[in-house]
Amino acid sequence: MTIEPRLLADAINPEKVITLRFQARAGTDSDFTLKLDLQLPGEGISAVFGASGSGKTTLLRCVAGLAPVLSGSIVVNNETWHDTGVSLPAHQRPVGYVFQEASLFEHLSTAANLDFAEKRAKRFGGRVASPIDRNQIVELMGIGRLLQRRPAQLSGGERQRVAIARALLINPRLLLMDEPLAALDAGHKQEILPYLEKLHREIQIPVLYVTHSVDEVSRLADQLLVLQEGEVLVSGPVGPVLSGLRLGDEAGAVLEGRLQARDEQWKLALFRFAGGELWVRDRGQPLQSDTRVRVLARDVSLSLQPAQQSSILNSLPAMVESIEEGDEAMALVRLRLGDSVLIARVSRRSVAELGLELGMAVYAQVKSVAILR
Amino acid sequence: MGFSPADLDAISLTLRLATVTTAILLLLGTPLAWWLATTASRWRGPVGAIVALPLVLPPTVIGFYLLILLGPRGPVGELTTVLGLGTLPFTFWGLVVGSVVYSMPFVVQPLQNAFAGIGARPLEMAATLRAGPWDRFLNVVLPMSKQGYYTAAVLGFAHTVGEFGVVLMIGGNIPGQTRVVSVQLYDHVEALDYAQAHWLAATLLVFSFVVLLLVYSLQGRAASFLARGSA
Repeated sequence: MTIEPRLLADAINPEKVITLRFQARAGTDSDFTLKLDLQLPGEGISAVFGASGSGKTTLLRCVAGLAPVLSGSIVVNNETWHDTGVSLPAHQRPVGYVFQEASLFEHLSTAANLDFAEKRAKRFGGRVASPIDRNQIVELMGIGRLLQRRPAQLSGGERQRVAIARALLINPRLLLMDEPLAALDAGHKQEILPYLEKLHREIQIPVLYVTHSVDEVSRLADQLLVLQEGEVLVSGPVGPVLSGLRLGDEAGAVLEGRLQARDEQWKLALFRFAGGELWVRDRGQPLQSDTRVRVLARDVSLSLQPAQQSSILNSLPAMVESIEEGDEAMALVRLRLGDSVLIARVSRRSVAELGLELGMAVYAQVKSVAILR
Repeated sequence: MGFSPADLDAISLTLRLATVTTAILLLLGTPLAWWLATTASRWRGPVGAIVALPLVLPPTVIGFYLLILLGPRGPVGELTTVLGLGTLPFTFWGLVVGSVVYSMPFVVQPLQNAFAGIGARPLEMAATLRAGPWDRFLNVVLPMSKQGYYTAAVLGFAHTVGEFGVVLMIGGNIPGQTRVVSVQLYDHVEALDYAQAHWLAATLLVFSFVVLLLVYSLQGRAASFLARGSA
């Protein structure tokens, strides 16, 4: 199962484009070169996804000016940061950078860490259309009561929130986040994710978000760029790209749609997407708001008839688009539902017994749906 | 009984020498230590070794070469003569030059360690927060290496106060100009004036002890601060 690398050039607003067309040496101990030639939308969150050592961090460091580019160009929303004969040093690039290990100045209080950014942002002021207000950022990241503390007195999650706030205070035109949750334990991850989602909703700054977590990609990203050994495997909108990746147990589909109605008696809500409807657990989200859900391949089974006398609520008509069979017991079946895609993980034996073929009409039975946002 | 006027002269000269030397060393040592801490150049090893030489060489060796270098026939001596400065040996400034060389590692090494201890991350962080190179040095490197500067200043000062061999070689023994405390002490002993010698010797002993106590307690506090930070 391969999908064509889909560049988004057609869909991209020409005024807001991030062009990454460069080569760089990836890390010190790796023997490959990072080779990029792509355009990303200059808005929303673009996740840079890949295994460790695939060149994700090098990509961010090159964009920030922290690592040398061998050749090529970096243009962000019509501003050239790097090209033949031009290379802005890091401190002249309007980026906010959030490091993996929540790096703060240990010799300064939280408030002074924020001051450090704000003072220098003012020096570069005037070039920014709508500077973000400090109080708004402190509020957004929920760090008001941490301001007088020293970094050493903060938890990992708190440190990372302060680091994000500080990166925002610089008035960046591009926010670079290098696995901001990777160094945190599960509890602190769950503590930060809502802040990142709020950030996404409330602040109009494009973000390059490096991660190797499918969960973070599905919850946060609008676009997805997948790196493998320094080269772009695929890039495009998160739904289609994610459903095309080999992710083992995490294989699945991300669907975008809206909650249409709720069933008070059974505490269910009806999620409608381009291609069908699913009953999901009602967690009290407002109706008609944009919603994103994830359906894991292992939670989808197939039948030739609509489910009868089954505990499974959701049974959707679909068409078999591709079947990926390996040597192992399980196969991945890619299903087309209108404009959307679902992935089902079934045994190879079932593929044979049901006589599944490309183009066949089947029913996808969805056992579980996770609402992402 | 107490310090003789000549002793007091020697003490004030010594303090003046140590102060000037320390100031010069902090200025010279900062870029040198920064280079040693951050460069990937193949000259790093040789330069580091040259800086450390005074730690192992007999002071008389350094004094001897400086005497030749700075003397009327030495290249530096010829230069200073052309510049109308005369020759440096047997003057206060000759002593300063000798002390700077001799105490160099005691200033450069603590600074180098402090700079290396900062690591690349805080500087990268500052760069992405729009801090240029000078801004980064003044507002990140200096405050973060405060401890290193205290240690460097105290050790540089104390080591200059304690020098003897280099002073004797290039400074000689001119009262009020090059006769520092350690030389004055030597004179007392030569003259079998042990009572006077005791005063100076004990003063140097107490001074050195207090200085080292200061250095170790500073470092101790830094260590416990770090332990708190990582807890």
